[in-house]
Amino acid sequence: MGDVLLEVRGLTKSFGGLIATNRVDLQILEGESHAIIGPNGAGKTTLIAQLAGDLRPDAGTIAFAGGDITALTAPARSRRGLARSFQITSVFRDFTALDNVALAVQAHAGHSFRFWRPARRDGTLRQPAAAVLESVGLGARAGVLAANLAHGEQRQLEIAMVLATRPRLLLLDEPMAGMGLEESQRMIDLLRTLKGSHTLLLVEHDMDAVFALADRISVMVYGRIIASGPPEEIRANAEVREAYLGEDAR
Amino acid sequence: MSRRAAVLAIGLVLLALVPPVAAAIGQPFYVDVFRRVMIFAIAAISLDLILGYGGMVSFGHAAYLGIGAYAVGIPAFYGIHNGWLQWTIAIVVSAAVALLIGAVSLRTSGVYFIMITLAFAQMLYYLGNSVEEYGGDDGMRLAARSALGVVDLRNGTTFYYVVLALLVLSLAVGHRLINSRFGMVVRGVRSNEPRMRAIGFSTFRYKLVAFMVAGAMCGLAGALLVNHTEYVTPEFMHWTRSGDIMFMVILGGMGTLGGPVLGAVVLRLLEDLILPAWTQHWQAILGPFLVLIVLFAKRGLVGLLPERRDG
Ligand SMILES: Nc1ncnc2c1ncn2[C@@H]1O[C@H](COP(=O)(O)OP(=O)(O)O)[C@@H](O)[C@H]1O
Ligand SMILES: [Mg+2]
Repeated sequence: MGDVLLEVRGLTKSFGGLIATNRVDLQILEGESHAIIGPNGAGKTTLIAQLAGDLRPDAGTIAFAGGDITALTAPARSRRGLARSFQITSVFRDFTALDNVALAVQAHAGHSFRFWRPARRDGTLRQPAAAVLESVGLGARAGVLAANLAHGEQRQLEIAMVLATRPRLLLLDEPMAGMGLEESQRMIDLLRTLKGSHTLLLVEHDMDAVFALADRISVMVYGRIIASGPPEEIRANAEVREAYLGEDAR
Repeated sequence: MSRRAAVLAIGLVLLALVPPVAAAIGQPFYVDVFRRVMIFAIAAISLDLILGYGGMVSFGHAAYLGIGAYAVGIPAFYGIHNGWLQWTIAIVVSAAVALLIGAVSLRTSGVYFIMITLAFAQMLYYLGNSVEEYGGDDGMRLAARSALGVVDLRNGTTFYYVVLALLVLSLAVGHRLINSRFGMVVRGVRSNEPRMRAIGFSTFRYKLVAFMVAGAMCGLAGALLVNHTEYVTPEFMHWTRSGDIMFMVILGGMGTLGGPVLGAVVLRLLEDLILPAWTQHWQAILGPFLVLIVLFAKRGLVGLLPERRDG
């Protein structure tokens, strides 16, 4: 684990009277797996959206890989190496799984003002895309329309699209959302293969998954990060137990 | 070849046979009818590039028909009949106007986008109405068809085949475009724009260029249309004309290349030929027919031809 990759300072975002993220400070180190936990409505998705550039913060700064990215658009951040997945599955439903990933490869292969050669026969896009699909376990489903994939497979496809952009930091918003037990386990296994080789910021509800995957955990409640530390410390933290873990932790 | 591509190819061969058949049965007027059909097919293909493939519901596409037509009519008014020049102006000015309209309207979406594109087209329509020099709302006659060297558009059959060639070219260019990297971006935007941005595409610039390409292609159709009618009026840009073109796309099948051609054939023949000959209340019949098509053939007439996904 190395240098600071992402440095968030005083990130604040309100919706009307509701302060969804309240002066959030956060540091992500190169190579770590960092989980953000917290009850529904705590502001986790709002935080991810601001990091990814989908929401403009009211105040605060975001530094990534040494540069201030607060003013950059979402695509510009993606090209710098930030990649997000969505809590509510977001894929290109009318494209095949392979097309989905190939588009993500294409987004990072120079500009796309190329009007003549067929993209679907372009090995420089298709081969890396196929390799990434294979790596998330969807190799056999490459030709299936994304809309026809099972829910769990669509979530895997999201991860594949994230990976295909060769990101320096993955922002994963509840990758297990809506999954059954077996699907969740497969996703945890998949994320475990990324751990170490990638820097992960993982928002998750499933405590087993969080304690299995995270090097460090931040706890978010009512828009604030109330505690941050290694899993044992978070488990033992009285404030956290009271605010969030409640009965479960005892 | 896929089934749809085969049907399209057969359709194009049939179109190529119209002049000799019309001559054989002594009805040269069909050459005129189908030339007009093909000109609108080009306009409809151009709209489909942004509407069907890009999900941009532009309700002002007839603006470019008008620009293309005036780009021929105004030079002709001053005695400049060189077709290469006129058509180049038609394409370049249409693309430039599309750049302006797109730069403003593409920052919005949904109903606002529809209304802004409509408003721009109406603005050009009123501009055409107010410039008395070029006939105002009466429009003006085209003194002579575009001069293209050895290709003599005054010969109706020659002109017909020029239009057919340009229709085939539009289809070929469209096919290349939608399957290129650029085309994949445009289709990705229609499918899920937030996702496109999240994986790193600055979508605006691609939408803008698609908008320009569509405008340019429709400008060419406008240049053909004024040569066909030998008359140009602001009516070319009226919003009902935009609606007509949009309906051809929806009727035939959005997001396919054959669809707009089929839609243009069916709608033009119904409006210009079949229904008026049958009953004077034809408009009362056309309306419900179109509603039924939209309700029961959601993917347009082309969608009735089953096939694997279109490549
Ligand atoms: N676009 C929005 N407009 C208004 N309120 C929002 C919006 N997005 C989120 N919120 C509110 O902000 C709070 C935090 O939401 P969210 O970030 O989705 O929480 P979490 O992901 O932790 O469940 C919630 O109360 C939610 O209702
Ligand atoms: Mg959330």
